[in-house]
Amino acid sequence: MNEFASQHPLLLVALPKIAVLLFVMLTALAYLTWFERKVVAHIQARWGPYRVGPHGLMQPLADGVKFLFKEDITPAGADKFVYFLAPFLSLSLAITSIAIIPFGPEKFTVFGQATPLSITNLNIGLLILFAITSMSVYGVALAGWSSNSKYPLLGGLRSSAQMVSYELSLTMSVVGVILMAGTFNLSEIVYAQQGFHWGFLPRWNVIGAPLPQILGFFLFFISAVAETNRAPFDLAEAESELVAGFHTEYASFKFAMFFMAEYASMITVSCLATILFFGGWLSPFSQGPGWGWALYIPTVVFGIAGLALIITGVRYITMIGRVVMPVLGLVLCGLAVLFLKPGVTEFIQGPFWFLLKIATFLFIYVWIRGTLPRFRYDQLMGFGWKVLLPLSIVNVIITSLAIVLTQR
Amino acid sequence: MTPQIAVFIVLAAVAVAGAVSLIFQRHPIHSALSLIVVMVALAGLYLLQGAEFIAAVQIIVYGGAIMVLFIFVIMLLNAGEEERTNVSRMALVGVPLGVVFLVEVAYGVGHATLHMGGAVAEAVSTRDLSSLLFREYVFPFELTSFLILIALLGALVLARREDSD
Repeated sequence: MNEFASQHPLLLVALPKIAVLLFVMLTALAYLTWFERKVVAHIQARWGPYRVGPHGLMQPLADGVKFLFKEDITPAGADKFVYFLAPFLSLSLAITSIAIIPFGPEKFTVFGQATPLSITNLNIGLLILFAITSMSVYGVALAGWSSNSKYPLLGGLRSSAQMVSYELSLTMSVVGVILMAGTFNLSEIVYAQQGFHWGFLPRWNVIGAPLPQILGFFLFFISAVAETNRAPFDLAEAESELVAGFHTEYASFKFAMFFMAEYASMITVSCLATILFFGGWLSPFSQGPGWGWALYIPTVVFGIAGLALIITGVRYITMIGRVVMPVLGLVLCGLAVLFLKPGVTEFIQGPFWFLLKIATFLFIYVWIRGTLPRFRYDQLMGFGWKVLLPLSIVNVIITSLAIVLTQR
Repeated sequence: MTPQIAVFIVLAAVAVAGAVSLIFQRHPIHSALSLIVVMVALAGLYLLQGAEFIAAVQIIVYGGAIMVLFIFVIMLLNAGEEERTNVSRMALVGVPLGVVFLVEVAYGVGHATLHMGGAVAEAVSTRDLSSLLFREYVFPFELTSFLILIALLGALVLARREDSD
């Protein structure tokens, strides 16, 4: 078996990895919609999805079934080929970019083949991500054009102009990080952030030497929110003006594909923000003497979450909830115990911190959406070109200056 | 047949098919989409040669920025399908010239020695590329960027409407 594996690494290692990541990604997308609806609902003092399953946990499944069985309408006079191409382009590009994200430092072994915790590790990882981002404009623009309808056309034009404008500041804002790391490789960018100031403050790029990239981070995140067409930059789908923007004429699963593409790019942006500015999979706690307890944080977090689920779950309103929620809690507690096992403890550190940071950014995304009103279109363009772009160029200049001065 | 040659043949076929489709499509958006296919296939060919950086930049600049501009303008002008007209009389000159050119290319390709297959020696790193660009060839590089800037300003001046006051 091992011999076979070493001869066909693509077949036995890469393909299963791709399949697993795709499965995890699609599930995460589905539950991200649930997460967003829940968080926004609580921000607005509502309950959010509550009926389908305990705390609405089966809502994504119900939505998926609904999308699949709805009638798929093609508007009259639509350009059929492009109309079909646009959602495929959007979703496939959005999901492809996750292939380059490294989820942890450790290699794990499949059939005697050591393989990293990412599908591929490219020297030009960041550039490939920007290449994919620059292509993803087409999904929106073509969807708007091919629907043969005025609102989608306006929405498509608006959002392609917006995405092209904010792509500039998005790319310029990470140049500071690239200068500090000296590479485009995402894993190496994370490794460049190892170490601690004064023994306890992590040297992540956002507070790193020689120049903290706080400005770069804010520029990156604002541009990224605009690039993913999310509130407060969701002018592409300003429902008060454009019905639903570029996807007005899309129904059924083609609409769902645009939806999934939006959430997939949210996940990618959160991964990128984590990797570029917040140390990727690196733990915020030092590994030095006296810091050994930091290794057990995953266990504590999972244990507390599991116990809370069990305690609140047994008193849930419905019968099913009283079964499902304690079982989920038991699973979490079981994972917490599993994390105590030597070997597993070390292995889990990278993915745990990485996923925790991603979850934080996703929460911030939803938080922004629930809090801020939408921009006006001229304000949006003015902000992108007159504030973000000059500031990101300033960031590049002072970062390179700081690097040159400290190297002497 | 090594995997490299197989990938090369696929990418080359896609590029040529995209180019042919670019000419034969009747709608400008379809032509622009075909051109994007050509650009991406070319990026794949660069990648096959080990030029990672060039491949990524090809997609970012040509596949992304420039073609988005094309599509944007076509959408904004709402250009319709092109109309078919009768065969131009210039075809009498053009077709023979085209045939002569094709024969020349075929002759050239037939007599060239092909260096295909074999592992790519070393992927060109971004660092080497940039040190070449910003040290040895910095003067022509900056000169080119000035040229592009002048063209940009010229286009702006031409496109701007004269204010009355």
